[in-house]
Amino acid sequence: MSAPTATPGPDTVATPPQRRTTPTRWLRRNLFSSPANALLTLITGPLLLWAIVAFGRFLFVTGRWDIIEVNLTNFMVGGFPRDQLARLWIAMAIMTIAVTVGAGVTSATAAEAAVAAGRDPSVTLRERVQRAGPPLVLLLVLVVFVRTPLPVALLAGVLLLGVVGFRLGRGIPPRWRGRTYLAAVLAIIVALIAISAFGGVPRDAWGGFLLTLYYTVGALLLSFPIGVALALGRRSSLPVVRAGCSIFIEFFRGSPLIALLFVGWLILPFFLPVGFPTPDLVTRALIIFVLFTSAYVAEIVRGGLQAIPRGQREAAQALGLSPWKQTRLVILPQALRSVIPALVGQAISLYKDTTLVLIIGQIELLAVAQNVTQQEAFIGQGYIVETLVFVSLIYWVGSYWMSRESQRLETRLGVGTR
Amino acid sequence: MEPTETAPAPSGADHHRPPPWRDVRVIRVALQVAFVLAAVATLWWLYDNLATNLDRLGIRRDFSFLDQSAGFTIFGSGFSATSSIREALWVGLQNTLRVALLGIVLALAIGVVVGVMRLSTNWLVQRTASIYVELLRNIPPLVLIIFFYFAVLQTLPGISEAGTPGGVMVVSNRGVWLPWVELGDGASAFAATALVALVAAALVAAWRRRVHDATGRPHHRVLWAGGAALAVLGLGYLALSPPIAPSLPELDGRSVTGGALLFPEYAALLVSLVLYTSSFIAEIVRGSIQAVPKGQVEAAKALGLSWFDRLRRVVLPQALRIATPATGNEFLNLSKNVSLGVVIAYPEILRVGRQAIGNGQPAPQILLIVLAAYLAVSLVLSLVVNIANRRLQAVER
Repeated sequence: MSAPTATPGPDTVATPPQRRTTPTRWLRRNLFSSPANALLTLITGPLLLWAIVAFGRFLFVTGRWDIIEVNLTNFMVGGFPRDQLARLWIAMAIMTIAVTVGAGVTSATAAEAAVAAGRDPSVTLRERVQRAGPPLVLLLVLVVFVRTPLPVALLAGVLLLGVVGFRLGRGIPPRWRGRTYLAAVLAIIVALIAISAFGGVPRDAWGGFLLTLYYTVGALLLSFPIGVALALGRRSSLPVVRAGCSIFIEFFRGSPLIALLFVGWLILPFFLPVGFPTPDLVTRALIIFVLFTSAYVAEIVRGGLQAIPRGQREAAQALGLSPWKQTRLVILPQALRSVIPALVGQAISLYKDTTLVLIIGQIELLAVAQNVTQQEAFIGQGYIVETLVFVSLIYWVGSYWMSRESQRLETRLGVGTR
Repeated sequence: MEPTETAPAPSGADHHRPPPWRDVRVIRVALQVAFVLAAVATLWWLYDNLATNLDRLGIRRDFSFLDQSAGFTIFGSGFSATSSIREALWVGLQNTLRVALLGIVLALAIGVVVGVMRLSTNWLVQRTASIYVELLRNIPPLVLIIFFYFAVLQTLPGISEAGTPGGVMVVSNRGVWLPWVELGDGASAFAATALVALVAAALVAAWRRRVHDATGRPHHRVLWAGGAALAVLGLGYLALSPPIAPSLPELDGRSVTGGALLFPEYAALLVSLVLYTSSFIAEIVRGSIQAVPKGQVEAAKALGLSWFDRLRRVVLPQALRIATPATGNEFLNLSKNVSLGVVIAYPEILRVGRQAIGNGQPAPQILLIVLAAYLAVSLVLSLVVNIANRRLQAVER
């Protein structure tokens, strides 16, 4: 796990003379300031050192990483038919462009806002490295395990598309920005559907990291509008609507996700009329993820709605806007902006929760990590440690990166500083 | 998407009532009636489909199956295959609570320690705590469970060549036997002595309080009361024939006598959930301590309070108030995450339900009971947290 951990290294190089921090002083101040502190240092130091050395030894010396190398495709896509992989690359290219164009638009908006607020809009190199570091480290790890040149070339191509997309996004004129976001979201949905549509691969044959991403992205996109509607319903002045939405939210928040996934697996088909084709298991699990996440999104959005001062609504009323327009044009934009960091937190939970589909028999990333240790070449040799460390890295980098971004957003939006 | 607030009623010069389709009162009632109708229709439609499908497939729709014999056993309990499904689910719920309650206590303890460590002035301690938090909270709990179960506990030696570190434990992949205590003859009398010790402690504490109020001398209540309780307990222990005796596990071929058995499933689930949840609690603790206004600490310093008193009397009480709701949420998450034990076949209620379904019992009813049980646990826990929260909140002027 060599992702940057933002260590404020010892200030030993080129410090202004008035601070005069020598290594000795730094040690005295930070490690040996009192007898108790010295004792703590002497206890923690060797322990930490031992842990780091042991882990490093495992990573670079004793770890048998051939199991990852042999099974990299399994980890990425599970049982996805290998002759259909081209569909995935195309879908990945489309989604990369959509995401990076969106990121470009956001970055342009942020830069303009910074200029308007009298701040310097330029981004330092250090900041860039910190922000792009984790995903790049992951990409590098994956490339290390690739054995043929084609995937590397394709990855490079996708990366290039990403850079082009970002540039493109930055150049989009302000009045097209809203529509660009909408188009990006639509492009992602179309790309996800296109993998299975038009004679493609049925979703139940998907697996690995592909499935993880599908659940995360799909459930986030679909649960967002439902969650907003539920939050508005829970804040409604109509008591019946309020009660109905509250029951829905509290039911899904109080239930364990796995129990709900069991419902989706075993009894969701019974809720459909006789003769109605049973949706595939991936879709059923997605429905459960959407319902579960929308309850949490609703609570987050409700927090944002509650933080909007009364005067905003009253001002909108005074302008003669209809109730729906008051909500859509005045209340929601402010409420949603303030809850973006919390929504990212929910995305992290969802990303980690996708592991649960392993329990209803789907071959997602974690299930692959278990299954490949049963292969003839690897069985009974304790390879599970290597495979678990590998998938942990994927989960860890994704979650860590998202939480970093949400902290950054939090400081930029000034949320939480009261 | 109903309008969230009613438009102000237009007060025209004429006092005619507006037409019904523009009358706010009519619209409100109509919207709510429509909402109820839509909700009831949807639910009824779903239930009707469920009933039709179950009848078509010949699956029973009542709960009479609860009294049938389960046909499976649950390890680690006296539950036998002839007992009823009802009892099986009850054992499952107890197993759920067993992990949830101990897990909450341990996660809180570790979380507070790590949270305080993150604010340590010692750079190394602070870094260690950060690594702990960042490492654990960004990994799915299921990965931790599978790691501890399959990569750690299952690789322990088999029972016939089990390890006995220090001669006080037996470690094997069938479980870990820990040293425990055995109750002797005087156990019930000793329990009574413990009650007496409690009363003695309360009396001594009240007496010290009075002395303090009368003379102003420091009361040292905790020391005095603790001392009194220990004295009574010690006397009781000596007077009775040893009421409790240590019991060390002994390995004898393929069986172990004495000690307390820690099942690998239980251990893996507990350790994983405690590690995962404690990393979140540590973040909450750190945030809450940092949220206490700086002026409070400065004021405490100005009053000449010691480092310990500043923490105990000024910072921690206020931080606790901030931390309670979020920590309660983590307790809820932990109790729900016990259901992850299904992946390593820890017999919590969902796993038991799954076994019953596998034995041909109807899935809808079983899952309904499981969901209701988890909802009830969540409800009770959040009630407790809410009460604690209300009692901790400052009484405002």
